[in-house]
Order: sequence, then structure tokens, then C-alpha cells
Amino acid sequence: MREPETGPAGTNWGATELYVSHGRTVALRGVSLAAPAGQVTAVVGGDGAGKTTLLRCLAGSLGPDSGTVRRPPKERSGYFPASSGIYEDLTVAENLDFRANGYGLPRKAGRDRAAEFLERAGLSGVAGRLAGHLSGGMRQKLAVIAAMLHRPDLLVLDEPTTGVDPVSRSGLWWLIARAAAEGCAVVLATTYLDEAERCTSVLVLDGGVALASGTPDQIVSAMPGALRAVPAKPAGDEAALSWRRAGRWRLWDPAGLADSAEHAAGRPPAGSANGAIVPDLQDAVTVAALARQSGVLTGGAA
Amino acid sequence: MWAMIVKEFRQLRRDRRTLAMMIVLPVLLLVVLGYAASFDVKTVMVAVAGPQSGLAAGLLKAPSFDITQSAPGRGRAWAQDQLRDSHDEMAVVTGGTRPLVLIDGSQLFAARAALTDLAGVRYHVGFTGTRPSSVSPKVVILYNPGLTTSDIMIPGLCGVVLVFVGTIITSLGVVRERQSGTLEQLAVMPLRPRDVFLGKIVPYFLVATVDLAIVLAVGIAIFGVPFRGSPATFALGALLFLFVTLGIGVLISSVSQNQGQAIQLAMMTLLPQVLLSGLIFPLTSIAAGVRWIAYFLPLTYFNEISRGVMLRAEPIAALWQPFVFLAVLGAVVVTGATLRFRGYLAPAGHRRGGGTAAPVPQEAGI
Repeated sequence: MREPETGPAGTNWGATELYVSHGRTVALRGVSLAAPAGQVTAVVGGDGAGKTTLLRCLAGSLGPDSGTVRRPPKERSGYFPASSGIYEDLTVAENLDFRANGYGLPRKAGRDRAAEFLERAGLSGVAGRLAGHLSGGMRQKLAVIAAMLHRPDLLVLDEPTTGVDPVSRSGLWWLIARAAAEGCAVVLATTYLDEAERCTSVLVLDGGVALASGTPDQIVSAMPGALRAVPAKPAGDEAALSWRRAGRWRLWDPAGLADSAEHAAGRPPAGSANGAIVPDLQDAVTVAALARQSGVLTGGAA
Repeated sequence: MWAMIVKEFRQLRRDRRTLAMMIVLPVLLLVVLGYAASFDVKTVMVAVAGPQSGLAAGLLKAPSFDITQSAPGRGRAWAQDQLRDSHDEMAVVTGGTRPLVLIDGSQLFAARAALTDLAGVRYHVGFTGTRPSSVSPKVVILYNPGLTTSDIMIPGLCGVVLVFVGTIITSLGVVRERQSGTLEQLAVMPLRPRDVFLGKIVPYFLVATVDLAIVLAVGIAIFGVPFRGSPATFALGALLFLFVTLGIGVLISSVSQNQGQAIQLAMMTLLPQVLLSGLIFPLTSIAAGVRWIAYFLPLTYFNEISRGVMLRAEPIAALWQPFVFLAVLGAVVVTGATLRFRGYLAPAGHRRGGGTAAPVPQEAGI
């Protein structure tokens, strides 16, 4: 087993040029990611984009075929796997107790830490309840605080908010933001682009390839072409470049000129005379995926 | 209803193991049981001792009796040792006024066969030179004088209990981590694979030990089963046997995706052990074509040890064979289980033999 590179606190954790294949399927093709301390980095992409594979490499449960992973030693990493990693037949307190012991926290410190995090997550009242009897949102919260209980330097969260109601989602975000504020480098996968917009930086994955990366603003302004609102699904070649959002059809014109002045002014994305739309992150990500699928831009990912 | 039937068959087709169990298992059971299910001991192994050994050997005719040893210079003590150490099932000691026949009661079915066959012999035992009339031998049944079934079953059941906890419960416990997705969490925690392996196994080990103690206590207190031999020898045998069964449990869990599959496989290892280990049917009655399987089953060896120690006070020196076999089986199984378990926990991706030329993705050159 190769040892991860380690460094002093504040090191940029992350991965460089990762290639991973599961049998014949190539899950990641040359993906790189930087996870600076104190920041929340989002990995977005559709199903099968390679998010979980990338996160597993970062967490150390999967070794890449090639490429390097920079992560702290095991005891300084925290991981929330897609399966949440919680024992349903243990109580909330017992789950946290197991993690505290497993990460070598002293008994007293472990108990205090658990109490503190339970309080933060609003789970103090259910400490004695079996994890399997918690609601979905509560269970996700428990899994997140279990992953951050030992205050890791790098916290890897695989879709912590999927299937969680809006109130629990904001609670989870508060927990995550607080961990980052305490100096932890957080990497999380999400399918919600409104969540990604709140992150410091975003990596857009599609089919195992990085389509775009940077701050949400950078990704939006780097979107090639322009967007237009159209009244109905266009016919012909344009059909492949259009999608429906909020009840209306949007069409991407790869050759169009972006209305960068409007974007800089932060005007709301309202239709102007020719139906032009100021794109947001969701548009930019959709366009990136469309561009790759339709092969309009032959340059590929940067 | 048609929709259900179609769905059920589709699911069944995917579940290869259940399908295999449904088709292969009945056939296998039929064949194995057909050859194994026999309490008839056709040949009793006999040792003869004393000055008239040759005469006695001549009277005990094949195929009912098989004279394996003849020692004219030895006496009763030697003969009894042959039974204690399982070399023979019956011993005839000549030289007294009446020949003495010792029968090993811990070999229940052989003992019964010997008694039946002796009935035919008795009337012809005429000792020329002493008296013209026939003399009937004095028959002494050792180790299980009442020829009670519980005396031979309970030492064997100790082994079944250990198989049950060791294999079935352990395989369930380990596969549960995989099924619930917590194994991945364990893999990233700062725990050494050995710690996880041992941490997973030690609780079952303790439970199995307590179970064994309970079965022994109940057997001795309620069924009056004797415990004549050395507890240390018995404990060592149980320890080795438990290692094998725990290892099999971990191996099963490493090739099972869920608890259902684990149970199926565990039952498949339990069934032949119960049927073929000599627990129920005497090994010598099992047809040779099937009997060889018994020598790969750990319970076969544990049975020899537990019956030998509990009933006959067999010393460890005489039991070296089952001990060695158990140790070898244990080493093989535990090594395999540890390797499989390590594979679980170590980052996959680049599997073992990372030195081999990995297929470099085409894009790597760009």
C-alpha cells in the first residue's frame, strides 16, 4: 500500500491526474482536484460521472491506477461514504463512541466531542435511539458528525445532502461550513447545483472527465457561447443543444457572444429582446455536458 | 399471478447460488446420504494378546473380525491401550482361565456389531488342553458400558456447536459490514487490517467458548456423560478447531455479498460435517467413495479428539494425528481468510502485483 503524501497543516490536499478503471469501465480519466484547507470544494456531475470514485481515492478506500493523491494520514482524514458508514443496530451515541475509539480519541475527549457535535447537529435528544430508527435527515447528520468527530484535516463527504429535506439540508450545511471555518479542507459530492454555488470551488465531472473547475463565477464566465430562451423545443440539430428548465426551453448557441457586461453587473437572468439569458452555474454545467456529448467543441476539457 | 411468476423466475435465474442449491444439493445429499447413511459395521478391528493369541485369532473369522494386531507376549494393559488409542475396537486377552474380550463402547456401532458377532463365536470357543467343554469368554465393555447414545453424541455435539457459532454466526457478522456499507468506513479508519480481523473474530471466539462450556456442563450434569481425560488436551483441540471454523466463517463472508448467501454457504459446510464426520454414522461404515470427504472436514478430527479425551482419556500423544490435521487445516484456512480480509480493507484499484504493466489509458499520452 502506498503511503499518502503528508505535509504540514494548511497543505493543499487533493489529487493530480487520477486514472481509475473498474474492470473495463474507465471511471476517471486524468482528473485533478485541489482541496485547500478552510474551503469547501464541491464535485458535481450526473450519475456515473465519477464523483464517488474520486472521493474514494481522496478518502483512501480506493487506490488509483495512476496519478497521485495528497491526503493526510488516515487518522487525520474523515470520510462519509455514499452508504453513510453508520451502524443501524447501534444507537447514535454508540456509533459516535465507536468512531471516537477507532480514531484513538481519549475517552473523556471523545465523550465531550460527541456531546458537542450532537448539540451542533440538534441530535442531543436522540442520543439513545438506534441509528436505524432515525429519519433520513437525522441519519445523514449523524453520519456527517461521525465523519468530522475527530476534527480531520481533510473531510470527504459523498452526497451528504441527497434525499434530505430542506431544513435538514441547511442544518447539514451549517455543520459543514463550520468544519471548514475551523480549518478543515472539505470535499463534497453533490447533485444539487445550488449547493455547489455556495462552495469555494467546484469541479464538474462528466463521464470520468473534468469538464470545468474553478470558483462558481469562473465556471460561469468561462462558459462558451451564449444562451437564449426559446418558446418550444427546437427542431433539427439545435434539439441536441437545448434543455428545459423551470418550464421554459433554453438553447445554447456555441458561436454566440456572451453578454459579459450584463453578467458582470449581476443582472437577474431575465429574457432580453432577443431572449438572451445570463447563465448561472446550472446552465454552465449543463452546457459543458452538452458540449461534450454533442462534440460541438472539439477542444475537450482543459 | 402471471406477473409474479415471471418476476420470480427472473430473480431466481439471477441468483445462481440458490439455483445451484436447489438443483445440486438434493442430488448431492441423495448420493452422499445413500453411501454414508449406514450404522452397519461389517468388520470389527481386533487386537489379540496373550499366549493363545493365535488360537483366538483363528476363531475370529473374517469378514466379521479383522485381526490387526497380535501380541502373544502382552497382556490386558496393552490390549486396553489399543482400544483407548483407537487402534482397535475390540481386544481379546488370552491366558487366563477364560479369555477376556474388551470392547470399546465409545465406538457404539462397532461395539454392537462385535457383541452380535461374538454370540456366534462363543459356542465354538473350545480350549484344547484345558477342558473338553466349550468356554465362553468374559466380555467387558469399556468407556461406555451402557452403550448409551448420548455418551458418544455429546462430545460430537460440542463440535457442532463450535461449527455453528464459528462458521455461521461469524460469516453473518462479517458480511453484515459489507452489506450495510460500513466496511468501507472501516477501511479508511486508522485501524490495521489485523486489528479489524481480530476485533471481528474475538467476540465470536468468546461466545463460542461460553457455548462450549454450557454444552459440556449440560452434557455432564444432565446426560451423565463422563469426562475422563485431560481438560487441557480437550481445550487445545477445541481451540484449534475453533480457529478452523472461524476462518471458514470469514472465508465464506469474503465470497458472499449478503447474509442470505453467507447462510447458504455456511449451511453447505455444516451439512457434510454433520453427516460425514463420524458424528452420526461411523466413519468405517461410510463407503470409501464418499469417506475421503470426511478427511477434509475439521469436525472429523475434533470428533476423534473430543470422544477420545472425554470417554477414553486418550492422551495427547495418541491423538497427534487429528491435532496435526486440525493445525494444518487451521493454518490454511486462517491464512486464506486473512488475505481475503486484507484485500477487503486495502485500497483496491491497483490490485496485488502492482509491478506488472498496468494498461495505461490511451489518454495518458496527451
